[in-house]
Amino acid sequence: MAWFEIGSIDDIPLRGARCVATPQGRIGVFRTADDQVYAIEDHCPHKGGPLSQGIVHGASVTCPLHNWVFSLETGQAQGADEGAVRTIPVRLMEGRISLGLGVAQIAAE
Amino acid sequence: MAQKLVVIGAGMASGRMLENLFEQAPDAFEVTLFGAEPRGNYNRIMLSPVLAGEKTYEQIVTHDADWYSANGVDCRFGETVTKIDREKKVVTTVKGETSYDKLVVATGSAPFMIPVAGRDLPGVRAFRDLDDVEAMVIAAAKPEAKAVVIGGGLLGLEAAAALRLRGMEVVVLHLMGHLMERQLDPTAGYLLQKELEGRGIKIHCKAQTKAILGNEHVEAVLLEDGTVYPADLVVMAVGIRPETRIATDAGLHVERGIIVDDSMISSDPDIIAIGECVEHANVCYGLVAPLYDMAKVATKTLLGEQAAFLPEETPTKLKVTGVDLYSLGDFAEGEDREEIVLRDAMAGIYKRIILKDNRIIGTVLFGETADGAWFNDLKKKATDISEMRDTLIFGQAFQGGTSADPLAAVAALADDAEICGCNGVCKGKITGAITAKGLTSLDDVRAHTKASASCGTCTPLVEKLMVLTLGDSYNPAATQPICSCTTLGHDEVRRLIKAKGLKTIPAVMQELEWKTSCGCAKCRPALNYYLVADWPDEYADDYQSRFINERVHANIQKDGTYSVVPRMWGGVTSAKELRAIADVVDKFEIPTVKVTGGQRIDMLGIRKEDLPAVWADLGKAGFVSGHAYAKGLRTVKTCVGTDWCRFGTQDSTGLGIRIEKFMWGSWTPAKVKMAVSGCPRNCAEATCKDVGVICVDSGYEIHFAGAAGLDIKGTEVLGLVKTEDEALEVIVALVQMYREQARYLERIYKWAKRIGPDEIKRQVLEDVVRRREYFDRFVFSQKFAQVDPWSERVSGKDKHEFQPMATVPFQQAAE
Repeated sequence: MAWFEIGSIDDIPLRGARCVATPQGRIGVFRTADDQVYAIEDHCPHKGGPLSQGIVHGASVTCPLHNWVFSLETGQAQGADEGAVRTIPVRLMEGRISLGLGVAQIAAE
Repeated sequence: MAQKLVVIGAGMASGRMLENLFEQAPDAFEVTLFGAEPRGNYNRIMLSPVLAGEKTYEQIVTHDADWYSANGVDCRFGETVTKIDREKKVVTTVKGETSYDKLVVATGSAPFMIPVAGRDLPGVRAFRDLDDVEAMVIAAAKPEAKAVVIGGGLLGLEAAAALRLRGMEVVVLHLMGHLMERQLDPTAGYLLQKELEGRGIKIHCKAQTKAILGNEHVEAVLLEDGTVYPADLVVMAVGIRPETRIATDAGLHVERGIIVDDSMISSDPDIIAIGECVEHANVCYGLVAPLYDMAKVATKTLLGEQAAFLPEETPTKLKVTGVDLYSLGDFAEGEDREEIVLRDAMAGIYKRIILKDNRIIGTVLFGETADGAWFNDLKKKATDISEMRDTLIFGQAFQGGTSADPLAAVAALADDAEICGCNGVCKGKITGAITAKGLTSLDDVRAHTKASASCGTCTPLVEKLMVLTLGDSYNPAATQPICSCTTLGHDEVRRLIKAKGLKTIPAVMQELEWKTSCGCAKCRPALNYYLVADWPDEYADDYQSRFINERVHANIQKDGTYSVVPRMWGGVTSAKELRAIADVVDKFEIPTVKVTGGQRIDMLGIRKEDLPAVWADLGKAGFVSGHAYAKGLRTVKTCVGTDWCRFGTQDSTGLGIRIEKFMWGSWTPAKVKMAVSGCPRNCAEATCKDVGVICVDSGYEIHFAGAAGLDIKGTEVLGLVKTEDEALEVIVALVQMYREQARYLERIYKWAKRIGPDEIKRQVLEDVVRRREYFDRFVFSQKFAQVDPWSERVSGKDKHEFQPMATVPFQQAAE
């Protein structure tokens, strides 16, 4: 796995998210009310909604298309819905955010 | 023979180390102590009380001249060490060289001064040492002096509170969204802000300082948003950084701070470093407790004993008299974590405990901190709390159990708090009538006080007052809570927002005792709407509490692209507009163009990144946002009326355009669609709309509460008015009444069913005074709402919404 620096924590609104384009598709990077940063695949397993555009509450996000709720920590769907999104390792050092992208994932084309 | 020990820096860390050293081995070292300040060691963390005038300098001195001489310390205060020569083992000052066997570097930290123009002006101070305090005390002595404190962290707030006590007008500028964001969650930050504002301190969050203004002396501070605060004194308290210059020059290993190992030895075995200037295991320290631990370890190291520095989390407390605040550990939320929250709105208390695997990992307390030490102890010992989980939050002294009181928020209301807005009835009148007249039923209360007798939205509150007054003998109908974050329903929350003057989401959540710390995707958009509707001029819209469509002002589609619908006033367009749309469709290769049911044109399949450019082109042709995405005014559909139609009775197109131009931009509980038909043949289909007008020879028949979606329902007739002006006033008043009373996401027809069409008719048609009041309130709120969101975004607002944060390219990724 290799670390890629993607920017500063201040680039993401509090209780908000941004997306990052990578060779395997988009990753949503989230910042919670208490400045925790998480990254998950930006693709809801239900109908492919862009999770980075949902409402962030606690350490969860609600999908903008059909209101599925996902844990940002585990990627698991919450409540009665079943499914999960891939989580991506995040490193936060002195306000700079890096994503850990696996070599296997990167090579997959 | 005693070894020669030289200490650079006479602060709290080295002071504590010397104390330990003289206690344990008084004769081991001959000590020379250099300090940049012209005085010995004093208790720096007590500078705030000195600034506030609650203590004197003499009271905070730790080591006086007698102490130094009794221990044989050669004090060289005011003499700055300029060089360490590690080869020769000497340090240099202006007065010459001093040799050492062991050297302790304890140079502490320097305040960080933000790099803006004017920061070197006289009157700009840090808050670091006694010289700063003395300068501030002199500045505060001037009558009506004004201070601006930059930085809403621990130090800045202590300075602000102290300067206020000295009679200054104080403004605190804070870059982040809430005070002390590192130690406090948003709720505790809100409570702290409220407390400080109550003391007359102005707090400005999200404040980005652009420049400090003044010629010979500081005169004002200018923010990026253009705000100017006059200032005779500016206190910079935005942070500290380790003071490492001398160590760097000497070639020691320095990162953010001087790197030390567990025994506090630097990269040179004869040089020890302690205090705020060091970095241990990637961490620099700023609170006193870990510094004292370092001093203990350094003493042992100097004496040749084994010791290791074990960092421990230190609780944060604010040293402002009368403010009880306690923060410890990790208070972030997370999947594997649980939280227990206790709020007492009346007493201003907020307690939050964060648990992981049934163990406390973090605590935030505000208003009542007595149990902080106990929680800290449980955390340190990693005690399994599952046994006492139900009562944990009540503290150590608590025995037995009670459940949270759902009546607390209502009980906390003042007697003059307005409960019923329609009839202007306050709490005292209701409870008074219940007692004095022996009322026992809701109908009795309505009959005697008129409370909840009109629109009825305050019924649950009136019922809670009855329970409070009558006890368990009264059993109210259950209300459906907004979501699982609260026990309160929409109507109660709306009334309490008004009655208590709550103007931010954290304020609502604290005062109404929300069960979660930051709500959920159900309650946050609702609260955001209620606050926008109730305080149009004061509330700052919280974009993160809006659904994506309202955040980016377009409609998200199933594939994540967006659709864009520009406004076509009254459904009328022109060749120029159509040409502009055609050009946009070609330029951005928009896959689908469709005519909507509301008489306008929808462009579908636009990539999010293209939205601002699409809007820029549409804007040049005169288009503004059609709000097709909004819980707000959507379309006003019209027919051609007397302009062309042989049956037309009035200018239906003109009226439709007039209504749309008057009302666009307003936020409503749910979407609002309107139509104006020029005759009873009703080609604009006005009788299934939220609000419709049927023009007739004698005037305008106003309809409302229709539906043609999930439910199908013909409109109710509100009444006939004679003039276009009157029609506009009635329609605006109707929508304003709906804006003020309805529940979030409740369409007009559902609201009208709840309230009753007769009551609505009475308020917006028959009662002309009330109608005018509704109208005026709508006009006032439009001052803040009628801004084209597209042109704002073309000019750069919310840029982050439309661009990826970063792109990881193939090449880089392949390495």
